Amino acid sequence: MARKLVVIGNGMAPGRALERLLEQAPDAYEITIFNAEPRVNYDRIMLSPVLSGEKAYEDILIHDDVWYADHGITLKKGCKAVGIDREAKTVAGADGSVVPYDKLLVATGSSPFIIPVPGKDLEGVLTYRDLDDVEAMLAAADKGASAVVIGGGLLGLEAAAGLKERGMDVTVLHLMPTLMERQLDAAAGYLLERAIEARGIKVVTGANTHEIVGDTRVEGVRLDDGAEIPADIVVMAVGIRPNADLARQAGLEVNRGIVVNDAMQTSDPDILAVGECVEHRGHCYGLVAPLYEMAKVVAERLLDKEAAYQGSVTSTRLKVTGIDLFSAGDFSEGKDREEIVLRDAVGGIYKRLVIRDDRLIGIVLYGDTKDGAWFFQLMKDGTPIDEMRETLIFGQNYAGGTPLDPTAAVAALPDDAEICGCNGVCKSKIVGAITEHGLTSLDGVRARTKASASCGSCTGLVEQLMAMTLGDGFTPDAVQPMCGCTDLGHDDVRRLIVAKELKSIPAVMQELEWKTSCGCAKCRPALNFYLIADWPGEYQDDYQSRFINERVHANIQKDGTYSVVPRMWGGMTSSAELRAIADVVDKFGIPTVKVTGGQRIDLLGVPKEDLPAVWADLNAAGMVSGHAYAKGLRTVKTCVGTDWCRFGTQDSTGLGVKIEKMMWGSWTPHKVKMAVSGCPRNCAEATCKDFGVVCVDSGYELHVGGAAGMHIKGTEVLCTVATEAEALEYCAAVVQLYREQGRYLERIYKWMDRVGLAAIREQVVEDAEKRTALFEKFLYSQRFAQKDPWAERVAGKDAHEFTPMNRIAMREAAE
Amino acid sequence: MNDMRPIEMQHWFTIGRLSDIPRRGARQVILPRGPIAVFRTQTDEVYAIEDRCPHKGGPLSQGIVHDGAVTCPLHNWVIDLQTGNAMGADQGCVRTYRTRTDENGLVSVSLAGPAG
Ligand SMILES: Cc1cc2nc3c(=O)[nH]c(=O)nc-3n(C[C@H](O)[C@H](O)[C@H](O)COP(=O)(O)OP(=O)(O)OC[C@H]3O[C@@H](n4cnc5c(N)ncnc54)[C@H](O)[C@@H]3O)c2cc1C
Ligand code: SF4
Ligand code: SF4
Ligand code: FES
Repeated sequence: MARKLVVIGNGMAPGRALERLLEQAPDAYEITIFNAEPRVNYDRIMLSPVLSGEKAYEDILIHDDVWYADHGITLKKGCKAVGIDREAKTVAGADGSVVPYDKLLVATGSSPFIIPVPGKDLEGVLTYRDLDDVEAMLAAADKGASAVVIGGGLLGLEAAAGLKERGMDVTVLHLMPTLMERQLDAAAGYLLERAIEARGIKVVTGANTHEIVGDTRVEGVRLDDGAEIPADIVVMAVGIRPNADLARQAGLEVNRGIVVNDAMQTSDPDILAVGECVEHRGHCYGLVAPLYEMAKVVAERLLDKEAAYQGSVTSTRLKVTGIDLFSAGDFSEGKDREEIVLRDAVGGIYKRLVIRDDRLIGIVLYGDTKDGAWFFQLMKDGTPIDEMRETLIFGQNYAGGTPLDPTAAVAALPDDAEICGCNGVCKSKIVGAITEHGLTSLDGVRARTKASASCGSCTGLVEQLMAMTLGDGFTPDAVQPMCGCTDLGHDDVRRLIVAKELKSIPAVMQELEWKTSCGCAKCRPALNFYLIADWPGEYQDDYQSRFINERVHANIQKDGTYSVVPRMWGGMTSSAELRAIADVVDKFGIPTVKVTGGQRIDLLGVPKEDLPAVWADLNAAGMVSGHAYAKGLRTVKTCVGTDWCRFGTQDSTGLGVKIEKMMWGSWTPHKVKMAVSGCPRNCAEATCKDFGVVCVDSGYELHVGGAAGMHIKGTEVLCTVATEAEALEYCAAVVQLYREQGRYLERIYKWMDRVGLAAIREQVVEDAEKRTALFEKFLYSQRFAQKDPWAERVAGKDAHEFTPMNRIAMREAAE
Repeated sequence: MNDMRPIEMQHWFTIGRLSDIPRRGARQVILPRGPIAVFRTQTDEVYAIEDRCPHKGGPLSQGIVHDGAVTCPLHNWVIDLQTGNAMGADQGCVRTYRTRTDENGLVSVSLAGPAG
């Protein structure tokens, strides 16, 4: 007599297991299936095409009613299993039925995770798991309304694309800084974000959902930062959780999922489990490929044959029409790993292969995924790649072939091949210009042909053409690269950031073909500054790319403590401020108090944890950050001028305070120090500052480019102006020009040496229009920069910076 | 008590959540024998090392994190997070600790031997 098999859940995993079983032994079992969903087995991964309208439900059925009838299977549709009695070996259904088993297969899948925010139970808050969810979404979409999808992973993006296809206005909210961060690195995540946005879907990264608003129905989503996005439906696609409650109640061993061994048995040998509900060797899977491998083993085991499941290596593809994306394996960094990165900014292609011990262990492909399967096979087989390493990244077609010599590749291009896309310059035109005009430098080629003169992404090709044409006569321009992560110099990077409108660090690294995946301590702070300077108000400051001093708004000292310097406008202070400072020193036991060279008071030796409290007390007395730590405006030193000095010609103190109030908070390539002296006796030492003012009877003599650090350099006189207002305007214009042209960590005097005082005069003094524009740009960017960073942190910003993550006491540690 | 014991023992301590550490950042965990620095890379790898630069003792937890390395805030030595070795021309090494992150995002460190 046939044994009895009961199956709980009717998803893709048990569906495949039953197929395998029935193929081999159609009569071995009498089968009953409990299925909470009121339908047959369908292809869950094709729900997105149903949502977008590319397919109908009928198209995605796996087993129709006839199939169950033909195999004599009892399918209890819409009937949840509510209990397992392991003693009696029966399963109880929600309809009151009790079905006995010899073998039980638990395949309860997983359920979507609902983030526990207020409003999560409102009508219109949906998940994305089954056909009912799709139908609910479609019902809302018919009204041409708006949707918010929470979660920028695989499911969320598929849902968003589908809803957009149906004509909804869609916004994706993603907690992390880049999309699909579990499968993609930051560069590919950025490309994906652009592609998603290109189809009219809004993407908000770093978005933390605070609340779903509405009375009975959803009306919108409010973020932690207060922004509110209107929505008629909200789809939560933030992750899944194995459905293991029933198994847990039955006393089976459950961790995150139902624990199974290699034989797919649970802790009760007569109960097997398969699919997303299981945990095997510590892994829970959320993709079908591993579930199918498990299903095979389940079928064998039900027939008492030997078979073992050993875990799976998985790969992911995004099923959004028009976006090609593939990822597999482990693509984190580590010393024992090497990576091969190919970026083709024009073609929108990004490929990254991670190699360890001569074997492929991680793959990310974007834009061109045709070799995904081949790479994946190499990875799964652990094929040594030594032989084909040179050409591996180009894919299967090149494998084993001779490595490509780049010059030979350019030589092979036809004469009419377009080299510079921006200016439409073809190969023969460039080669012709080189020979005809005897050009030997890239600049020469740029001037003659315009090739590589715009976005610059074809520079490499142009150089190869020059090398090919000139042979040994060509020596590429010696540009000092920013750092080991790129061949581009600072100036090229700055030019391209503006020309290509690059507005984030991943965008720069992707478009400018960075050679490392996340930069280094040289380029990251530089890029962060360039982006802040070029896109005020738009660019989101990346604190992790700042040096510690700017990250915590204090100066690190050699023992790891910090120094705190409150701002004293123009070097002025008062008894109240001094008293408050004295109180802070006593209260926090600050060991050293010192007057700085820039007329400020420095409190040294403050432990990091004390910083916010110290600032709170200083803030309470009206003092703000003195930015003594910043690549930015440090101090404006002043003398007492007409207020007190018998030689004073103008109100130098007053002007110093005004300049400081205008300039504070601004970020610059390097530190900026200023001074205002009331007469040529120059007590404030204005002639060795980055920018200085020396007051004279007729007005204000403006000085630039002094230094008194490792190099001593007197200033040059820029010009003399008649009014305070002009002095302020010229000062801001000079600093803005420096912000736009200076290389990171290049002081003003070095910048001036490089571009020449004449060029600065030309733009700031002679060209009034340019000066006004610079002045206005500076004031505009100050609107975003002038927030007291101390007050923000006292209010709780970046709290993680100021407390240890944990403390482990000795007793605990000794247990 | 014998202060050296926990060092030799294989023992895991839960120190917090992955999300407590900023990407490309680090947090300190204070032990009786001094702080350790727990790093999270761009790709969510977690590494723990002694929070003392082999050069002059700089707090590595305060450095800039790039790929699998940190640049010391004091004099820019670059330390490999996995091995604890100084990279490039510099010579030196810090102690490493094993870490693990469970599926709920809880991070633990082992105060036993060096990372394997
Ligand atoms: C929209 C979408 C797109 C996807 N795209 C992909 C993709 O591109 N590639 C890929 O590999 N994977 C994809 N997946 C994941 C894939 O669909 C799942 O991994 C797979 O379907 C899981 O199969 P399962 O049988 O383990 O569980 P499920 O399919 O979840 O089936 C479990 C079933 O059990 C039922 N059930 C639960 N508890 C009980 C109970 N107590 N009694 C009775 N019945 C119960 C549930 O109602 C459900 O029908 C996608 C998933 C979704 C939702
Ligand atoms: S610079 Fe001139 S005005 Fe200022 S304090 Fe010195 S002497 Fe007086
Ligand atoms: S002069 Fe040298 S030692 Fe003195 S504070 Fe400046 S950097 Fe430090
Ligand atoms: S202390 Fe780390 S580099 Fe000097």
